[in-house]
Amino acid sequence: MGAQEMNNEIEGIYALWKRELVNFFRSKSRVLGSLGMPFFFLAILGTGLNNAFALPTSGNYMQFIAPGIIGMVLMFGSMFSGIIVLMDRQFGFLKETLVAPISRLSIVVGKALGGATTAMIQGLIILVVSLFLGAQLQVLNVALLIAFMFLISVMFVSLGIAIASTLQDMHGFQLIMNFLIMPLFFLSGALFPLSSAPDILRAVSLLDPLTYGVNGLRYLLIGQSDIGFAVCFAVVSAFTAAFIAIAMYLFSRIEG
Amino acid sequence: MQKEIGAAAKAIEIESLSKSYGSLKAVDSVSLSIEAGTIFGLLGPNGAGKTTLISMLVTMRRPTGGAARVNGFDVAKQPDSVRKSIGIVFQDPSLDEELTARENLEIHAAMYGVPKKIRKARIEELIALVGLEKNIGHQVKTFSGGMKRRLEIARGLVHHPKVLFLDEPTIGLDPQTRANIWDYIKKLNEKEKITIILTTHYMDEADGVCGRIAIIDLGKIIAVGTPENLKNTLGGDVISIKCGGSHSGCGEKIGKMNWVKSIVAHDGFIDIRVEKGEEKIPKILLMMEKEGVSVESVSLRKPSLDDVFLHYTGRTIREEEVKPADAMRMRRRAWGHRR
Repeated sequence: MGAQEMNNEIEGIYALWKRELVNFFRSKSRVLGSLGMPFFFLAILGTGLNNAFALPTSGNYMQFIAPGIIGMVLMFGSMFSGIIVLMDRQFGFLKETLVAPISRLSIVVGKALGGATTAMIQGLIILVVSLFLGAQLQVLNVALLIAFMFLISVMFVSLGIAIASTLQDMHGFQLIMNFLIMPLFFLSGALFPLSSAPDILRAVSLLDPLTYGVNGLRYLLIGQSDIGFAVCFAVVSAFTAAFIAIAMYLFSRIEG
Repeated sequence: MQKEIGAAAKAIEIESLSKSYGSLKAVDSVSLSIEAGTIFGLLGPNGAGKTTLISMLVTMRRPTGGAARVNGFDVAKQPDSVRKSIGIVFQDPSLDEELTARENLEIHAAMYGVPKKIRKARIEELIALVGLEKNIGHQVKTFSGGMKRRLEIARGLVHHPKVLFLDEPTIGLDPQTRANIWDYIKKLNEKEKITIILTTHYMDEADGVCGRIAIIDLGKIIAVGTPENLKNTLGGDVISIKCGGSHSGCGEKIGKMNWVKSIVAHDGFIDIRVEKGEEKIPKILLMMEKEGVSVESVSLRKPSLDDVFLHYTGRTIREEEVKPADAMRMRRRAWGHRR
């Protein structure tokens, strides 16, 4: 690949990344909608259960679920960005990108970076919101936190793209929401500590990539977690690599 | 990159190009060459292979046989060079409706490697060419169907393509907007000196716009020429008769007359091709009266492209266009689905 082609691919990636951001900020309902549910989880569930729960760990319930809710926001936001490929297909814009003289790889990368960026913005907003709601979080290592949030986002945006590449229209979206996204969220230990969960539940949750995301975030934000940070980071990286590969493969098979 | 002079002769060269899906031959050994600078029309009923042929030329599908060169680049071996040298306007809209007109063109320019320095000027020039200056900053979702189509045409031209492909550019638009779009297309062809390859099933519009036409049916090209030539080869006049009741026996009898060149029944009409039509009308009417066929109307005309189409395919193109479910399926097959 020559310098000019390379430059062209990067320009294409940049343009597609920017498109995700412009579309995200332009759609007020999407920004609000994406923040509504996590806000209520924190404000109602977090406050309501704060005094009802005795955690095996130190700290209160609000502090416990804040990293979990941030993990949820990252997953929902990035999965949605990936699945939105279906909308692009339905409204035809996908064709415009598929016939452009840039590689499928660049299209996936632009899309994934864009989706991950918007998901991280949502995650950071919820982080700030949870501080205002009284969660005692302490960010020890900002760079590592950002990097880890980014990794989680890329992981799920790739999964979203992979799923979207196998579906024909938005009809399957509800199914994915109910039978993939929600179970992944509930199993991740975002709302309850895995250490006190029944063995079967704990065993299943160890298969959930979000479990490692949430625990890693918990470590980075409150300094304690059921699973060590090194393990979390390694597992999330492995899932990310696998999902990117699957997304690339499935996306390249879309016939334009 | 190819020199301008080299590309001037032939925009498209197709040699026994084929595309099969299992035993179905969607495009069956098509050979065709298109001169640079022409407006070339590809006409045929749904399922004839038009869209498959075009999607091979724009490198969205790989041929299963034969070869094609677009602007001198091989579609199978140099897809990126082909893509950079062509513009495409799809049958279905392909804009990001949340973005503005300008933003849509900017993304296109970036993906096609248009140098940053000239992007802004080029985009504004094209927006003006299609008359959307006032709407350049508006979101596309506020546009009418005709405006979207014009924007797509402008977008297809951002990267200075030498060939522009238009798949049914006027489908779903009202007649006035259609005329408008054709005016823009003709203007483009003259001003930008680009080759335009289009499919349409509005025969009268194709007649007015296209310099050359190919009629394609069942995956094969069955006639190529200027609209004038195609009509002249048919020759004579067409007498079109609308009958009240059954006319089958009578049609057969007329068909046996030695002065009848051809006779086709379609949609309740009988089209009879003859020389000196005005002299034959009384004879035909007399025969029909003897057979007891009630005649509702008679018209005499020079052959149109519709007649040319009918002559070669045995069908009118209109019979093909009415089934929305079919059209939907074709479209999804053409663009949306995986193998």
